[in-house]
Amino acid sequence: MSEKKNKLELLHRNYIQSLIVEKRWVRFYQAIIFIIFFASWEFSSQKQWIDPLLFSSPSKIWNLFLEKINDGTLVNHIGVTLTETVLGFILGTLLGTILAAILWWSPMISKVLDPYLVILNAMPKVALGPILIVALGPGYPSIIAMGAIISVIITTIVVYTSFKEVDPNYLKVLQTFGASRLQCFKEAILPASFPTIISTLKVNVGLSWVGVIVGEFLVSSRGLGYMIIYGFQVFNFTLVFLSLMIIAVFATIMYQLVELLEKKLIKE
Amino acid sequence: MNFLSVQNIHHTYFTKASAATALSDISLTVEEGEFVSLLGPSGCGKTTLLSIISSLLKPTQGTVLLENKPVTTTKNQIGYMLQQDYLFPWKTIEENILLGLKLSKQLNDQTRAKAMSLLEQIGLTGVEKQMPRQLSGGMRQRVALVRTLATEPKLLMLDEPFSALDYQTKLKLEDLVSRTLDEFGKTAILVTHDIGEAIAMSDRVYLLSPSPGRIYKTFTMPDELRKISPFEARNHEAFSSIFQTIWKELESLEREKE
Repeated sequence: MSEKKNKLELLHRNYIQSLIVEKRWVRFYQAIIFIIFFASWEFSSQKQWIDPLLFSSPSKIWNLFLEKINDGTLVNHIGVTLTETVLGFILGTLLGTILAAILWWSPMISKVLDPYLVILNAMPKVALGPILIVALGPGYPSIIAMGAIISVIITTIVVYTSFKEVDPNYLKVLQTFGASRLQCFKEAILPASFPTIISTLKVNVGLSWVGVIVGEFLVSSRGLGYMIIYGFQVFNFTLVFLSLMIIAVFATIMYQLVELLEKKLIKE
Repeated sequence: MNFLSVQNIHHTYFTKASAATALSDISLTVEEGEFVSLLGPSGCGKTTLLSIISSLLKPTQGTVLLENKPVTTTKNQIGYMLQQDYLFPWKTIEENILLGLKLSKQLNDQTRAKAMSLLEQIGLTGVEKQMPRQLSGGMRQRVALVRTLATEPKLLMLDEPFSALDYQTKLKLEDLVSRTLDEFGKTAILVTHDIGEAIAMSDRVYLLSPSPGRIYKTFTMPDELRKISPFEARNHEAFSSIFQTIWKELESLEREKE
Protein backbone atom coordinates (compact mmCIF):
# COMPACT_ATOMS: atom_id res chain seq x y z
CA MET A 1 0.00 0.00 0.00
CA SER A 2 2.68 2.47 1.03
CA GLU A 3 4.73 1.39 -1.97
CA LYS A 4 1.87 2.34 -4.20
CA LYS A 5 1.59 5.68 -2.48
CA ASN A 6 5.31 6.32 -2.88
CA LYS A 7 5.05 5.57 -6.55
CA LEU A 8 2.19 8.02 -6.91
CA GLU A 9 4.15 10.71 -5.11
CA LEU A 10 7.11 10.08 -7.36
CA LEU A 11 4.94 10.43 -10.45
CA HIS A 12 3.50 13.67 -9.10
CA ARG A 13 6.98 15.02 -8.42
CA ASN A 14 8.02 14.11 -11.94
CA TYR A 15 5.01 15.88 -13.32
CA ILE A 16 5.78 19.05 -11.36
CA GLN A 17 9.40 18.81 -12.46
CA SER A 18 8.34 18.59 -16.11
CA LEU A 19 6.19 21.71 -15.67
CA ILE A 20 9.15 23.61 -14.23
CA VAL A 21 11.41 22.49 -17.07
CA GLU A 22 8.84 23.57 -19.64
CA LYS A 23 8.49 26.97 -18.03
CA ARG A 24 12.25 27.44 -18.03
CA TRP A 25 12.40 26.71 -21.75
CA VAL A 26 9.64 29.24 -22.44
CA ARG A 27 11.51 31.91 -20.47
CA PHE A 28 14.73 30.95 -22.24
CA TYR A 29 13.27 31.41 -25.71
CA GLN A 30 11.63 34.68 -24.67
CA ALA A 31 15.01 35.97 -23.50
CA ILE A 32 16.66 34.76 -26.72
CA ILE A 33 14.17 36.71 -28.85
CA PHE A 34 14.75 39.82 -26.72
CA ILE A 35 18.53 39.58 -26.96
CA ILE A 36 18.59 38.76 -30.68
CA PHE A 37 16.27 41.66 -31.47
CA PHE A 38 18.24 44.29 -29.62
CA ALA A 39 21.64 42.86 -30.57
CA SER A 40 20.84 42.80 -34.28
CA TRP A 41 19.35 46.28 -34.03
CA GLU A 42 22.51 47.58 -32.39
CA PHE A 43 24.80 45.66 -34.75
CA SER A 44 23.06 46.66 -38.00
CA SER A 45 22.94 50.25 -36.85
CA GLN A 46 26.68 50.25 -36.09
CA LYS A 47 27.41 48.69 -39.47
CA GLN A 48 25.18 51.26 -41.16
CA TRP A 49 23.00 48.51 -42.64
CA ILE A 50 20.04 50.55 -41.47
CA ASP A 51 20.05 54.32 -41.33
CA PRO A 52 21.24 55.22 -37.78
CA LEU A 53 19.63 58.64 -38.07
CA LEU A 54 16.23 57.09 -38.71
CA PHE A 55 16.35 53.92 -36.67
CA SER A 56 18.77 55.02 -33.98
CA SER A 57 20.26 52.21 -31.88
CA PRO A 58 19.71 50.67 -28.44
CA SER A 59 22.94 52.09 -27.08
CA LYS A 60 22.05 55.63 -28.18
CA ILE A 61 18.60 55.27 -26.68
CA TRP A 62 20.11 53.98 -23.43
CA ASN A 63 22.57 56.91 -23.28
CA LEU A 64 19.83 59.39 -23.95
CA PHE A 65 17.77 57.69 -21.26
CA LEU A 66 20.55 58.10 -18.67
CA GLU A 67 21.12 61.69 -19.72
CA LYS A 68 17.40 62.57 -19.45
CA ILE A 69 17.11 60.79 -16.13
CA ASN A 70 20.03 62.74 -14.74
CA ASP A 71 18.75 66.15 -15.77
CA GLY A 72 15.33 65.24 -14.34
CA THR A 73 13.26 66.08 -17.41
CA LEU A 74 12.31 62.48 -18.22
CA VAL A 75 10.75 61.81 -14.82
CA ASN A 76 8.74 64.96 -15.28
CA HIS A 77 7.49 63.90 -18.74
CA ILE A 78 6.65 60.40 -17.55
CA GLY A 79 4.83 61.75 -14.50
CA VAL A 80 2.66 64.03 -16.62
CA THR A 81 1.67 61.40 -19.17
CA LEU A 82 1.15 58.69 -16.58
CA THR A 83 -1.15 60.89 -14.51
CA GLU A 84 -3.17 61.84 -17.57
CA THR A 85 -3.43 58.25 -18.73
CA VAL A 86 -4.44 56.80 -15.38
CA LEU A 87 -7.03 59.53 -14.85
CA GLY A 88 -8.41 59.15 -18.38
CA PHE A 89 -8.51 55.40 -17.94
CA ILE A 90 -10.34 55.49 -14.62
CA LEU A 91 -12.71 58.23 -15.80
CA GLY A 92 -13.52 56.42 -19.05
CA THR A 93 -14.20 53.09 -17.37
CA LEU A 94 -16.18 54.62 -14.53
CA LEU A 95 -18.32 56.82 -16.78
CA GLY A 96 -18.88 53.91 -19.16
CA THR A 97 -20.02 51.65 -16.34
CA ILE A 98 -22.29 54.33 -14.88
CA LEU A 99 -23.81 54.97 -18.31
CA ALA A 100 -24.34 51.23 -18.71
CA ALA A 101 -26.06 51.15 -15.33
CA ILE A 102 -28.39 53.98 -16.38
CA LEU A 103 -29.23 52.15 -19.61
CA TRP A 104 -29.97 48.99 -17.62
CA TRP A 105 -32.04 50.93 -15.14
CA SER A 106 -34.35 52.41 -17.72
CA PRO A 107 -35.19 50.32 -20.80
CA MET A 108 -36.82 53.42 -22.23
CA ILE A 109 -33.61 55.47 -22.12
CA SER A 110 -31.71 52.54 -23.58
CA LYS A 111 -34.13 52.26 -26.50
CA VAL A 112 -33.99 56.00 -27.16
CA LEU A 113 -30.20 56.22 -26.98
CA ASP A 114 -29.46 53.07 -28.97
CA PRO A 115 -28.79 54.69 -32.40
CA TYR A 116 -26.74 57.50 -30.83
CA LEU A 117 -24.48 55.00 -29.10
CA VAL A 118 -23.94 53.20 -32.40
CA ILE A 119 -23.01 56.46 -34.11
CA LEU A 120 -20.73 57.61 -31.30
CA ASN A 121 -19.04 54.24 -31.21
CA ALA A 122 -18.41 54.21 -34.94
CA MET A 123 -17.03 57.75 -34.97
CA PRO A 124 -13.24 58.10 -34.58
CA LYS A 125 -13.01 59.81 -31.19
CA VAL A 126 -9.62 61.42 -31.86
CA ALA A 127 -11.40 63.60 -34.42
CA LEU A 128 -13.06 65.29 -31.44
CA GLY A 129 -9.61 66.45 -30.29
CA PRO A 130 -9.69 69.99 -31.71
CA ILE A 131 -13.16 70.61 -30.28
CA LEU A 132 -12.11 69.37 -26.85
CA ILE A 133 -9.07 71.62 -26.87
CA VAL A 134 -11.13 74.67 -27.71
CA ALA A 135 -13.78 73.75 -25.17
CA LEU A 136 -11.53 72.75 -22.25
CA GLY A 137 -8.45 74.77 -23.07
CA PRO A 138 -5.01 73.47 -24.08
CA GLY A 139 -3.91 71.63 -20.95
CA TYR A 140 -4.49 68.65 -18.72
CA PRO A 141 -8.29 68.67 -18.78
CA SER A 142 -8.57 68.29 -22.54
CA ILE A 143 -5.89 65.57 -22.66
CA ILE A 144 -7.52 63.63 -19.83
CA ALA A 145 -10.89 64.06 -21.55
CA MET A 146 -9.28 62.65 -24.68
CA GLY A 147 -8.06 59.59 -22.76
CA ALA A 148 -11.51 59.09 -21.28
CA ILE A 149 -13.67 59.77 -24.31
CA ILE A 150 -11.87 57.22 -26.43
CA SER A 151 -12.92 54.35 -24.13
CA VAL A 152 -16.21 55.50 -22.63
CA ILE A 153 -18.62 54.51 -25.40
CA ILE A 154 -17.19 51.08 -26.05
CA THR A 155 -17.16 50.44 -22.29
CA THR A 156 -20.81 51.46 -22.09
CA ILE A 157 -21.82 49.12 -24.90
CA VAL A 158 -19.85 46.10 -23.69
CA VAL A 159 -20.79 46.46 -20.02
CA TYR A 160 -24.46 47.12 -20.81
CA THR A 161 -24.56 43.98 -22.94
CA SER A 162 -23.13 42.00 -20.06
CA PHE A 163 -25.69 43.54 -17.65
CA LYS A 164 -28.47 42.37 -19.93
CA GLU A 165 -27.06 38.87 -20.24
CA VAL A 166 -27.10 38.10 -16.52
CA ASP A 167 -29.23 34.99 -15.97
CA PRO A 168 -32.76 36.28 -15.19
CA ASN A 169 -33.22 33.47 -12.67
CA TYR A 170 -30.80 35.23 -10.32
CA LEU A 171 -33.11 38.25 -10.48
CA LYS A 172 -36.07 35.97 -9.87
CA VAL A 173 -34.44 34.67 -6.70
CA LEU A 174 -33.91 38.25 -5.52
CA GLN A 175 -37.41 39.32 -6.47
CA THR A 176 -38.97 36.54 -4.41
CA PHE A 177 -37.14 38.11 -1.47
CA GLY A 178 -38.78 41.41 -2.37
CA ALA A 179 -35.56 43.02 -3.61
CA SER A 180 -35.72 46.51 -5.11
CA ARG A 181 -34.17 47.26 -8.49
CA LEU A 182 -31.18 48.84 -6.78
CA GLN A 183 -30.68 45.74 -4.65
CA CYS A 184 -30.95 43.55 -7.76
CA PHE A 185 -28.24 45.65 -9.36
CA LYS A 186 -25.98 45.50 -6.35
CA GLU A 187 -26.42 41.83 -5.51
CA ALA A 188 -26.63 40.23 -8.95
CA ILE A 189 -26.10 42.44 -12.00
CA LEU A 190 -22.89 44.17 -10.98
CA PRO A 191 -21.01 41.23 -9.42
CA ALA A 192 -22.05 38.93 -12.26
CA SER A 193 -20.57 41.43 -14.71
CA PHE A 194 -17.20 41.86 -12.97
CA PRO A 195 -15.41 39.53 -15.39
CA THR A 196 -16.66 41.60 -18.36
CA ILE A 197 -15.78 44.88 -16.66
CA ILE A 198 -12.26 43.60 -16.00
CA SER A 199 -11.79 42.56 -19.60
CA THR A 200 -12.93 46.01 -20.79
CA LEU A 201 -10.40 47.47 -18.35
CA LYS A 202 -7.72 45.52 -20.19
CA VAL A 203 -8.84 46.96 -23.52
CA ASN A 204 -9.13 50.45 -22.01
CA VAL A 205 -5.50 50.42 -20.85
CA GLY A 206 -4.42 50.47 -24.50
CA LEU A 207 -7.14 52.90 -25.57
CA SER A 208 -6.34 55.48 -22.90
CA TRP A 209 -2.70 55.54 -23.95
CA VAL A 210 -3.80 56.21 -27.52
CA GLY A 211 -6.11 59.02 -26.40
CA VAL A 212 -3.55 60.70 -24.17
CA ILE A 213 -0.68 60.46 -26.65
CA VAL A 214 -2.86 61.90 -29.42
CA GLY A 215 -3.99 64.63 -27.02
CA GLU A 216 -0.37 65.49 -26.27
CA PHE A 217 0.42 65.51 -29.99
CA LEU A 218 -2.21 68.20 -30.37
CA VAL A 219 -1.56 70.55 -27.49
CA SER A 220 0.94 69.63 -24.90
CA SER A 221 4.33 71.08 -24.06
CA ARG A 222 5.11 68.23 -21.71
CA GLY A 223 4.73 64.46 -21.60
CA LEU A 224 5.76 61.47 -23.66
CA GLY A 225 3.49 62.39 -26.59
CA TYR A 226 5.16 65.78 -26.66
CA MET A 227 8.57 64.08 -26.64
CA ILE A 228 7.57 62.06 -29.70
CA ILE A 229 6.30 65.08 -31.60
CA TYR A 230 9.31 67.15 -30.58
CA GLY A 231 11.74 64.37 -31.59
CA PHE A 232 9.96 64.09 -34.91
CA GLN A 233 10.15 67.84 -35.54
CA VAL A 234 13.87 68.11 -34.83
CA PHE A 235 14.60 64.76 -36.48
CA ASN A 236 15.83 63.25 -33.21
CA PHE A 237 14.49 59.72 -33.62
CA THR A 238 16.42 58.46 -30.65
CA LEU A 239 14.08 60.59 -28.58
CA VAL A 240 11.06 59.10 -30.37
CA PHE A 241 12.24 55.55 -29.72
CA LEU A 242 12.99 56.34 -26.09
CA SER A 243 9.42 57.60 -25.62
CA LEU A 244 8.01 54.55 -27.36
CA MET A 245 9.94 52.18 -25.10
CA ILE A 246 8.87 54.00 -21.96
CA ILE A 247 5.25 53.90 -23.12
CA ALA A 248 5.57 50.17 -23.77
CA VAL A 249 6.98 49.56 -20.29
CA PHE A 250 4.32 51.58 -18.48
CA ALA A 251 1.44 50.25 -20.54
CA THR A 252 2.60 46.74 -19.62
CA ILE A 253 2.80 47.65 -15.94
CA MET A 254 -0.75 49.04 -16.05
CA TYR A 255 -1.95 45.87 -17.74
CA GLN A 256 -0.33 43.73 -15.07
CA LEU A 257 -1.96 45.83 -12.36
CA VAL A 258 -5.35 45.21 -13.95
CA GLU A 259 -4.62 41.48 -13.95
CA LEU A 260 -3.72 41.70 -10.29
CA LEU A 261 -7.04 43.43 -9.64
CA GLU A 262 -8.76 40.67 -11.57
CA LYS A 263 -7.26 38.01 -9.32
CA LYS A 264 -8.39 39.93 -6.25
CA LEU A 265 -11.93 40.59 -7.43
CA ILE A 266 -12.71 37.26 -9.01
CA LYS A 267 -11.80 34.56 -6.56
CA GLU A 268 -11.48 31.63 -8.90
CA MET B 1 -61.47 30.47 5.15
CA ASN B 2 -58.83 28.99 2.91
CA PHE B 3 -55.13 29.55 3.52
CA LEU B 4 -54.43 30.18 -0.15
CA SER B 5 -57.12 30.74 -2.69
CA VAL B 6 -56.48 31.19 -6.37
CA GLN B 7 -59.54 32.55 -8.12
CA ASN B 8 -60.32 32.45 -11.85
CA ILE B 9 -56.84 33.10 -13.10
CA HIS B 10 -56.48 33.83 -16.79
CA HIS B 11 -53.16 34.74 -18.29
CA THR B 12 -52.21 35.68 -21.81
CA TYR B 13 -48.72 36.39 -23.12
CA PHE B 14 -48.65 39.10 -25.75
CA THR B 15 -46.04 39.27 -28.45
CA LYS B 16 -46.00 41.25 -31.68
CA ALA B 17 -47.01 38.19 -33.66
CA SER B 18 -49.51 36.59 -31.34
CA ALA B 19 -51.48 36.54 -28.13
CA ALA B 20 -50.95 33.16 -26.50
CA THR B 21 -53.22 32.17 -23.66
CA ALA B 22 -51.11 30.30 -21.13
CA LEU B 23 -53.67 29.83 -18.40
CA SER B 24 -57.41 29.72 -18.53
CA ASP B 25 -59.83 29.81 -15.63
CA ILE B 26 -57.61 28.34 -12.92
CA SER B 27 -59.13 28.15 -9.47
CA LEU B 28 -57.72 26.18 -6.59
CA THR B 29 -57.39 26.33 -2.86
CA VAL B 30 -54.68 25.13 -0.52
CA GLU B 31 -55.04 24.62 3.22
CA GLU B 32 -52.33 25.48 5.71
CA GLY B 33 -49.70 22.74 5.99
CA GLU B 34 -50.83 21.05 2.81
CA PHE B 35 -48.50 19.88 0.07
CA VAL B 36 -50.00 20.31 -3.39
CA SER B 37 -48.52 19.37 -6.76
CA LEU B 38 -49.17 20.81 -10.18
CA LEU B 39 -48.53 18.05 -12.67
CA GLY B 40 -48.61 18.34 -16.41
CA PRO B 41 -46.74 18.10 -19.69
CA SER B 42 -44.39 20.93 -20.59
CA GLY B 43 -46.08 24.03 -21.94
CA CYS B 44 -49.15 23.83 -19.77
CA GLY B 45 -48.28 27.00 -17.86
CA LYS B 46 -47.16 25.42 -14.58
CA THR B 47 -44.32 27.86 -14.02
CA THR B 48 -46.51 30.77 -15.12
CA LEU B 49 -49.03 29.79 -12.48
CA LEU B 50 -46.33 29.63 -9.80
CA SER B 51 -45.05 33.06 -10.82
CA ILE B 52 -48.58 34.45 -10.58
CA ILE B 53 -49.24 32.90 -7.18
CA SER B 54 -45.98 34.33 -5.86
CA SER B 55 -46.92 37.74 -7.36
CA LEU B 56 -43.84 37.90 -9.60
CA LEU B 57 -46.20 38.09 -12.53
CA LYS B 58 -49.48 39.98 -12.72
CA PRO B 59 -52.23 37.83 -14.22
CA THR B 60 -54.39 39.19 -17.02
CA GLN B 61 -57.39 38.33 -14.91
CA GLY B 62 -58.14 36.85 -11.51
CA THR B 63 -56.90 37.16 -7.96
CA VAL B 64 -54.66 35.31 -5.56
CA LEU B 65 -55.40 35.59 -1.86
CA LEU B 66 -53.13 34.41 0.93
CA GLU B 67 -54.97 34.43 4.26
CA ASN B 68 -57.60 36.57 2.54
CA LYS B 69 -55.13 39.26 1.50
CA PRO B 70 -53.46 39.85 -1.87
CA VAL B 71 -49.95 38.41 -2.10
CA THR B 72 -46.86 40.63 -2.28
CA THR B 73 -43.20 39.70 -2.45
CA THR B 74 -42.16 42.44 -0.07
CA LYS B 75 -43.39 40.74 3.08
CA ASN B 76 -41.48 37.50 2.62
CA GLN B 77 -44.66 35.55 2.37
CA ILE B 78 -43.43 33.37 -0.43
CA GLY B 79 -40.32 31.25 -0.76
CA TYR B 80 -39.39 30.18 -4.27
CA MET B 81 -37.11 27.32 -5.23
CA LEU B 82 -36.01 27.03 -8.84
CA GLN B 83 -35.00 24.15 -11.07
CA GLN B 84 -31.38 24.85 -10.34
CA ASP B 85 -30.01 26.12 -7.08
CA TYR B 86 -29.05 29.58 -8.43
CA LEU B 87 -26.73 30.16 -5.52
CA PHE B 88 -24.72 33.29 -6.20
CA PRO B 89 -21.28 31.97 -7.18
CA TRP B 90 -19.44 35.01 -5.81
CA LYS B 91 -20.99 34.69 -2.35
CA THR B 92 -20.05 32.18 0.31
CA ILE B 93 -22.65 29.67 1.47
CA GLU B 94 -23.28 31.78 4.54
CA GLU B 95 -23.83 34.96 2.51
CA ASN B 96 -26.12 33.05 0.18
CA ILE B 97 -28.26 31.74 3.01
CA LEU B 98 -28.55 35.12 4.69
CA LEU B 99 -29.37 36.93 1.44
CA GLY B 100 -33.14 36.95 1.94
CA LEU B 101 -32.82 38.22 5.50
CA LYS B 102 -30.37 40.90 4.41
CA LEU B 103 -32.61 42.13 1.58
CA SER B 104 -35.64 42.39 3.84
CA LYS B 105 -33.53 44.01 6.59
CA GLN B 106 -34.33 41.26 9.08
CA LEU B 107 -30.75 40.19 9.57
CA ASN B 108 -29.77 40.14 13.23
CA ASP B 109 -27.98 37.74 15.55
CA GLN B 110 -31.13 35.80 16.21
CA THR B 111 -32.21 35.25 12.61
CA ARG B 112 -28.61 34.53 11.65
CA ALA B 113 -28.31 31.84 14.30
CA LYS B 114 -31.60 30.37 13.19
CA ALA B 115 -30.50 30.18 9.56
CA MET B 116 -27.25 28.55 10.61
CA SER B 117 -29.01 25.95 12.70
CA LEU B 118 -31.27 25.27 9.75
CA LEU B 119 -28.19 24.54 7.67
CA GLU B 120 -27.07 22.10 10.33
CA GLN B 121 -30.45 20.41 10.50
CA ILE B 122 -30.35 19.78 6.80
CA GLY B 123 -27.07 17.95 7.19
CA LEU B 124 -24.56 20.56 6.06
CA THR B 125 -21.99 21.52 8.65
CA GLY B 126 -18.71 23.30 8.14
CA VAL B 127 -19.57 24.63 4.67
CA GLU B 128 -20.45 28.19 5.72
CA LYS B 129 -17.24 29.72 4.45
CA GLN B 130 -17.07 27.66 1.26
CA MET B 131 -18.06 28.85 -2.18
CA PRO B 132 -20.99 27.19 -3.99
CA ARG B 133 -18.77 25.63 -6.65
CA GLN B 134 -17.03 23.57 -3.97
CA LEU B 135 -20.30 21.75 -3.25
CA SER B 136 -22.03 18.97 -5.17
CA GLY B 137 -25.32 19.53 -6.99
CA GLY B 138 -27.39 17.90 -4.24
CA MET B 139 -25.66 19.89 -1.51
CA ARG B 140 -26.19 23.12 -3.43
CA GLN B 141 -29.88 22.43 -3.82
CA ARG B 142 -30.07 21.80 -0.06
CA VAL B 143 -28.37 25.15 0.55
CA ALA B 144 -30.96 26.72 -1.76
CA LEU B 145 -33.68 25.17 0.38
CA VAL B 146 -32.14 26.68 3.50
CA ARG B 147 -31.91 30.05 1.75
CA THR B 148 -35.60 29.80 0.90
CA LEU B 149 -36.65 28.74 4.40
CA ALA B 150 -34.44 31.27 6.19
CA THR B 151 -36.91 34.11 5.72
CA GLU B 152 -39.69 31.91 7.13
CA PRO B 153 -42.08 32.16 4.22
CA LYS B 154 -45.67 31.15 4.74
CA LEU B 155 -45.90 29.45 1.41
CA LEU B 156 -43.24 27.55 -0.50
CA MET B 157 -43.05 27.32 -4.26
CA LEU B 158 -41.04 24.44 -5.62
CA ASP B 159 -40.48 24.81 -9.35
CA GLU B 160 -39.15 21.39 -10.40
CA PRO B 161 -36.40 21.68 -7.80
CA PHE B 162 -35.20 18.10 -8.27
CA SER B 163 -35.20 17.92 -12.05
CA ALA B 164 -31.53 18.81 -12.50
CA LEU B 165 -30.28 16.18 -10.04
CA ASP B 166 -29.33 12.57 -10.56
CA TYR B 167 -31.93 9.99 -9.57
CA GLN B 168 -30.41 8.89 -6.27
CA THR B 169 -29.82 12.44 -5.05
CA LYS B 170 -33.32 13.33 -6.14
CA LEU B 171 -34.91 10.53 -4.06
CA LYS B 172 -32.88 11.51 -1.00
CA LEU B 173 -33.72 15.19 -1.38
CA GLU B 174 -37.41 14.44 -1.80
CA ASP B 175 -37.35 12.75 1.59
CA LEU B 176 -35.36 15.56 3.14
CA VAL B 177 -37.55 18.34 1.78
CA SER B 178 -40.73 16.51 2.71
CA ARG B 179 -39.49 15.89 6.25
CA THR B 180 -38.25 19.47 6.68
CA LEU B 181 -41.53 20.95 5.47
CA ASP B 182 -43.46 18.66 7.80
CA GLU B 183 -41.33 19.69 10.75
CA PHE B 184 -41.92 23.37 10.11
CA GLY B 185 -45.54 22.84 9.11
CA LYS B 186 -45.01 24.67 5.84
CA THR B 187 -47.47 24.85 3.01
CA ALA B 188 -45.97 24.05 -0.36
CA ILE B 189 -46.83 23.93 -4.03
CA LEU B 190 -44.67 21.72 -6.20
CA VAL B 191 -44.47 21.96 -9.96
CA THR B 192 -43.30 18.79 -11.66
CA HIS B 193 -43.66 16.64 -14.74
CA ASP B 194 -42.64 13.54 -12.78
CA ILE B 195 -45.79 11.58 -11.90
CA GLY B 196 -44.02 9.48 -9.25
CA GLU B 197 -42.63 12.55 -7.52
CA ALA B 198 -46.04 14.21 -7.43
CA ILE B 199 -47.69 11.13 -5.91
CA ALA B 200 -44.93 10.43 -3.42
CA MET B 201 -44.69 13.97 -2.05
CA SER B 202 -48.16 15.45 -2.22
CA ASP B 203 -51.43 15.47 -0.38
CA ARG B 204 -53.16 16.54 -3.54
CA VAL B 205 -52.24 16.53 -7.23
CA TYR B 206 -53.68 18.91 -9.80
CA LEU B 207 -53.34 17.58 -13.33
CA LEU B 208 -53.08 20.43 -15.84
CA SER B 209 -53.88 20.18 -19.51
CA PRO B 210 -51.88 22.18 -22.02
CA SER B 211 -52.70 25.05 -24.39
CA PRO B 212 -54.29 26.81 -22.71
CA GLY B 213 -53.39 25.52 -19.27
CA ARG B 214 -56.40 24.52 -17.24
CA ILE B 215 -57.06 22.17 -14.38
CA TYR B 216 -58.01 18.89 -15.95
CA LYS B 217 -58.38 16.65 -12.91
CA THR B 218 -57.69 16.66 -9.20
CA PHE B 219 -56.41 13.63 -7.33
CA THR B 220 -56.42 13.40 -3.57
CA MET B 221 -53.80 11.07 -2.20
CA PRO B 222 -54.95 8.39 0.25
CA ASP B 223 -53.97 8.81 3.89
CA GLU B 224 -51.65 5.81 3.92
CA LEU B 225 -49.42 7.52 1.33
CA ARG B 226 -49.51 10.93 2.96
CA LYS B 227 -48.27 9.67 6.28
CA ILE B 228 -45.11 8.01 4.99
CA SER B 229 -41.99 9.46 3.44
CA PRO B 230 -41.77 9.90 -0.35
CA PHE B 231 -39.32 7.02 -0.65
CA GLU B 232 -41.59 4.67 1.26
CA ALA B 233 -44.55 5.94 -0.70
CA ARG B 234 -42.90 4.92 -3.93
CA ASN B 235 -42.73 1.34 -2.63
CA HIS B 236 -46.24 1.29 -1.19
CA GLU B 237 -48.81 -0.97 -2.87
CA ALA B 238 -51.24 1.91 -3.37
CA PHE B 239 -48.62 3.86 -5.30
CA SER B 240 -48.69 1.93 -8.57
CA SER B 241 -52.46 1.97 -8.96
CA ILE B 242 -52.55 5.75 -8.54
CA PHE B 243 -49.63 6.01 -10.92
CA GLN B 244 -51.59 4.00 -13.50
CA THR B 245 -54.66 6.19 -13.09
CA ILE B 246 -52.74 9.41 -13.58
CA TRP B 247 -50.76 7.88 -16.44
CA LYS B 248 -53.98 7.02 -18.26
CA GLU B 249 -55.32 10.53 -17.77
CA LEU B 250 -52.13 11.97 -19.22
CA GLU B 251 -52.39 9.61 -22.19
CA SER B 252 -55.95 10.64 -22.87
CA LEU B 253 -54.85 14.28 -22.66
CA GLU B 254 -52.35 13.65 -25.41
CA ARG B 255 -54.88 11.85 -27.55
CA GLU B 256 -57.24 14.76 -27.16
CA LYS B 257 -54.57 17.10 -28.42
CA GLU B 258 -54.08 15.03 -31.57
